[in-house]
Amino acid sequence: MEVALAIVIGALYAAGLYMMLRRSMVKLIAGLVLLGYASNLLIFVVSRLTRASPPLVPEGAHSVAEPFADPVPQALILTAIVIGFGLQAFALVLVRRAFQAVNSDDLDQVTASDRPDLQA
Amino acid sequence: MLPILIPFLMAILSIINWGNRVLHRFLALAGSVGLLFAALALLTTVSEQGILSSNTGDWPAPFGIVLVADLPGAIMVLMAAIVGLAVLVYSTASLDEARERFGYYPLILILLMGMCGAFLTGDLFNLYVWFEIMLIASFALLALGGSRAQLEGSVKYFALNLLVSAFFLTGIGFLYGMTGSLNMAALAQALRAAGPEQPVTTVAIFFMIAFGIKAAMFPLYFWLPASYHTPPVAVSAIFAGLLTKVGVYAMIRMFTLLFVQDTAWTHGLLLVGAALTMLSGVLGAVARREIRRILSFNIISHIGYIVLGLALYRPLALAGAWLYLIHHVIVMATLFLVSGIVQRVGGSFRLARLGGLYQRHPGLALLFLLPALALSGVPPLSGFWPKLVLLQAMLQDGLWLLAAIALLVSLLTLFSMMRIWVGAFWSQAPAGVVTPAPMASVERRMLYGPVLALLALTIAISVFSGPAFELTQRAAEQLLNPQQYIVAVLGESP
Amino acid sequence: MTSIILVVATRLIFPLMLMFSLFLLLRGHDAPGGGFVGGLMAASAFALFAFATSVTRARDALRRSTFRLIGVGLLFAFISGLPGLFAGSPFLTAMWTSAEVPVIGKLSSVLLFDTGVLLVVVGVTLTIVFAMAEADEEEEE
Repeated sequence: MEVALAIVIGALYAAGLYMMLRRSMVKLIAGLVLLGYASNLLIFVVSRLTRASPPLVPEGAHSVAEPFADPVPQALILTAIVIGFGLQAFALVLVRRAFQAVNSDDLDQVTASDRPDLQA
Repeated sequence: MLPILIPFLMAILSIINWGNRVLHRFLALAGSVGLLFAALALLTTVSEQGILSSNTGDWPAPFGIVLVADLPGAIMVLMAAIVGLAVLVYSTASLDEARERFGYYPLILILLMGMCGAFLTGDLFNLYVWFEIMLIASFALLALGGSRAQLEGSVKYFALNLLVSAFFLTGIGFLYGMTGSLNMAALAQALRAAGPEQPVTTVAIFFMIAFGIKAAMFPLYFWLPASYHTPPVAVSAIFAGLLTKVGVYAMIRMFTLLFVQDTAWTHGLLLVGAALTMLSGVLGAVARREIRRILSFNIISHIGYIVLGLALYRPLALAGAWLYLIHHVIVMATLFLVSGIVQRVGGSFRLARLGGLYQRHPGLALLFLLPALALSGVPPLSGFWPKLVLLQAMLQDGLWLLAAIALLVSLLTLFSMMRIWVGAFWSQAPAGVVTPAPMASVERRMLYGPVLALLALTIAISVFSGPAFELTQRAAEQLLNPQQYIVAVLGESP
Repeated sequence: MTSIILVVATRLIFPLMLMFSLFLLLRGHDAPGGGFVGGLMAASAFALFAFATSVTRARDALRRSTFRLIGVGLLFAFISGLPGLFAGSPFLTAMWTSAEVPVIGKLSSVLLFDTGVLLVVVGVTLTIVFAMAEADEEEEE
């Protein structure tokens, strides 16, 4: 299972980077989203992959029964997903506005900040 | 706690009363004044009683989220409070109504809160969360108003910062996998005990790249000159003064507290990066013809100086770097605010369209000249002393070439600043320039007041450089002796 | 564009979704649920309402502006941290009252925090959804 997930994570990183290197703004955002997923999954794997063994201390025992899934990374991922959700929503609105301003999805057209004649 | 809570509360209140400009102004000013006092109180307590730590939610240290206030952090909180207040006063006079209505003030407050949180947190993941809070606020501030250049600058800034988040998160994942903790003090212990089979240095590079982009280091700085000159001046000033410094601060934290296993390699890499940052930044500044873009490139080259202090990794150099950080925050904010006044009275940021300001506004000319000279490190102004200390540290290590580069960069900085001076103030006004309407006296006070206050601070640092340097020396000591930090957070028994 | 099926179904589902969101909020402490999912559920209820009728109607049904929801939610979370501060422990220390309240169980600062989270999530999600949907509606006209 770990091996399969490792391959998936690697593929996600690769796909994300590939998308980021395209010239389209939408693909750039999609690439960033994929990168975010990849790092979330990476943290998830860190918490050990176990099935149906929550990290609860059984009655009468002092420590958690092995093997258990570490809950901290899962909490981290939850936080990261929420933050990622906010950022991606903002990114979509931003790209939409930028598209309206530039009238193109091509990142090579996004040069106004380097050209004084296009600035107000 | 207070430095985080005050801006938070004020931001909440202003969000509830969305769209009420007058109330927003009042709340923001009250918040930043409160922040200033809280920061002063924090700094005095920390410098008298040593490192403070507080466990939020009363969860014990390695498990819960800890807030730690040590000298370096407290100094930075104070800087954030000072620049925040100055910028807010300035923006009450310089901002247009639409921006004020769309939540400019709550955003600035959230930005300040994020910075204070990042300076005070003792938990790696919490640092990530504060970074994102800062990011969201800064994205919105950058895009607010929505001219084409602004939106494009935001897209670039946004893309690179999301990349930073991914790198940062990946690094955190690896670190947690290796050590099972995210508390910085516990991490510092675990990483020092880590054997050579652990890929600590690899993870260190993840963080170096993440914070390197944030701090605008070579070769990762291209987003900065593409975006910093697009928003209104007040926003540029707070970004220039503080935002990149948070990256530098985080970098210094990481590479003194956590990643010191292989200093020859990691800090060596930082050294090369710093030198190239200095050179390429200043060359960019020399090549530009627009005031704010020249200043943007100068930010980059001077980030190089600060990272250099970290890379040398010795008490003298770190103390110098910290003094440089203080000086640079104030001077950069001043220069950006002055550039705003220049635009207000001269009608443009482009040197070709400016001229003859010295005749019409001799006071303003002086206001520009002083911080410009301080930035280039002309004695006895505030930029001179940290540069002197850094040079000393370099020569102690026998790094002659590096010292020569640092001197050359100072000279070129002076050259680029003098170009602004000549272009905007000294030369004849070009023909056909429309002079904007003169300012009302209230506006004048709101624009000049913060600049004068910041300038007074610069001069104060120049005059009292002795005590200031002592303070930063103690800060550097705390940075280089993480044992103190670990004890303060985890308690006596390691 | 609005279909009669969607409108009728929304009329039935909308109150159910809001009640379910409240249920998720209250059971959140010991069982799966909590402020975040509760907020998402309530936000999707309003989003559905907006699709079935119009954004303006949905805004009216919400009564308050989305920004105000965010602000009040944050204020709740802020206040929930204060009892700990007054009792001498650090900010955000969880506190429970001893009195049992029917349905809710013990009142606590944690519940207040979760309610705040719910309001913030509803506010933020709807700000984004409404802004995008309004832009679409304008384009269609």
